[in-house]
Amino acid sequence: MIAVNNLHKSFGKLDILKGIDLQIHKGEVVVVIGPSGSGKSTFLRCLNLLEQPTGGEITFEGESITGKKHDINVTREKMGMVFQQFNLFPHKTVLQNIMLAPLKVKKQQASEAEKIALELLQTVGLADKRDAYPAQLSGGQKQRIAIARALAMQPHVMLFDEPTSALDPEMVGEVLEVMKKLAEDGMTMVIVTHEMGFAREVGDRILFMDGGVIVEQGDPSQVFGNPQHARTKDFLSKVL
Amino acid sequence: MNVFDIAYEYRNFFLSGLKYTLLLAVLGVFFGFVLGIIVSLLRMSKLWILRFIATAWVEFLRGTPMLVQLFLIHYGLPEFGLEFTPIQSGAITLTINSSAYLAEIFRAGIQGVDRGQVEAARSLGMRQGMTMRYIVLPQAIKNVLPAIGNEFITIIKESSIVSMIGVADLLFEARSVTTITYEGLNPLIVIAVMYFVLTFTLSKVLGILERRLNTDDRR
Repeated sequence: MIAVNNLHKSFGKLDILKGIDLQIHKGEVVVVIGPSGSGKSTFLRCLNLLEQPTGGEITFEGESITGKKHDINVTREKMGMVFQQFNLFPHKTVLQNIMLAPLKVKKQQASEAEKIALELLQTVGLADKRDAYPAQLSGGQKQRIAIARALAMQPHVMLFDEPTSALDPEMVGEVLEVMKKLAEDGMTMVIVTHEMGFAREVGDRILFMDGGVIVEQGDPSQVFGNPQHARTKDFLSKVL
Repeated sequence: MNVFDIAYEYRNFFLSGLKYTLLLAVLGVFFGFVLGIIVSLLRMSKLWILRFIATAWVEFLRGTPMLVQLFLIHYGLPEFGLEFTPIQSGAITLTINSSAYLAEIFRAGIQGVDRGQVEAARSLGMRQGMTMRYIVLPQAIKNVLPAIGNEFITIIKESSIVSMIGVADLLFEARSVTTITYEGLNPLIVIAVMYFVLTFTLSKVLGILERRLNTDDRR
């Protein structure tokens, strides 16, 4: 579904990504772990071109999205993204947050967009918050709304950029629960996270990144249970 | 004659002046607002030539006296075959002058909106223009509303320069009354109060608007 070929990204003289190769298949849940500064967030943000790669190629559903002629907006409709800082629109209610892109980008009928939005609010357990403003919500609630907002575009893949890192510990569970449900429903997901327990439980494949490259990858039991590389062992010994 | 007699006796002069002052202020505020948004967007354009034009526009209009701008438009442009009525010249001057100040205010507001807001909108497939219109500008304008209010008040007051080219605004009418009555001070006191009522009302209205826009930030 997504193929990444020799992806490079540098900011000025600073090389963040130094050649990433990866295939992500439909329905797969790929969890990216690694120390801060390893380039995992940058890698995720390159997938929908929030960061413009400086080298290499990304194809999505058979189409190169890094080519000059490609209209990235069309691809982004099919790639949902959830951010560490939620980034809900503060001047819009929960329902408006969710319905805005379907109405304006997909040109959905208001009645249809609202129906989908209300179903999604049900799914994330916040149907009673439809008319609340983001400032009235807790961090965990905000992030669940942000997930619903991304899902309203009916994306083919969901990208999660440290979705629980800005949350108080007692709210992490409710967000992970929603993500777990999504994974069980067969959504293709790429997740950057520090939640190792969650990675192990939900991930189909774990990528360990360090220094701008994928050092090691494999299924969770392999990476967590029997890491091959010294850097992976070192990292896991610090976080587990 | 005391100030109240003057105000009452020559009420038609003052009301007629008020009409022109209001007309020019409304035109200046409205077109200045629209043009200001356009100029601020041009200042952040990717094309250097557009950025250059917008920056030159702002710098020139902020760096020269409005009275000089008014004379340039009213007495200077006819040399190039562009003639305007005094009211047109006044409206144009107020518009372009306020557009420069408002453009700077909008730019500050737009740059003050969290980058994450743009990223979230773009990640949903919204294009740049859509993101600007639905996400960035509403938040930017809300954040700079007090500064915009200041500029509106400035336009109302500065509109008095149009009396210099013969527009019969409040200041012009006050001087007419002086010519008739030989009263130097009182007509000026009357229009000073009228200007103050206008600006004070506006500042209160903007205060209410500000509070209403802030409701979505309440906790």
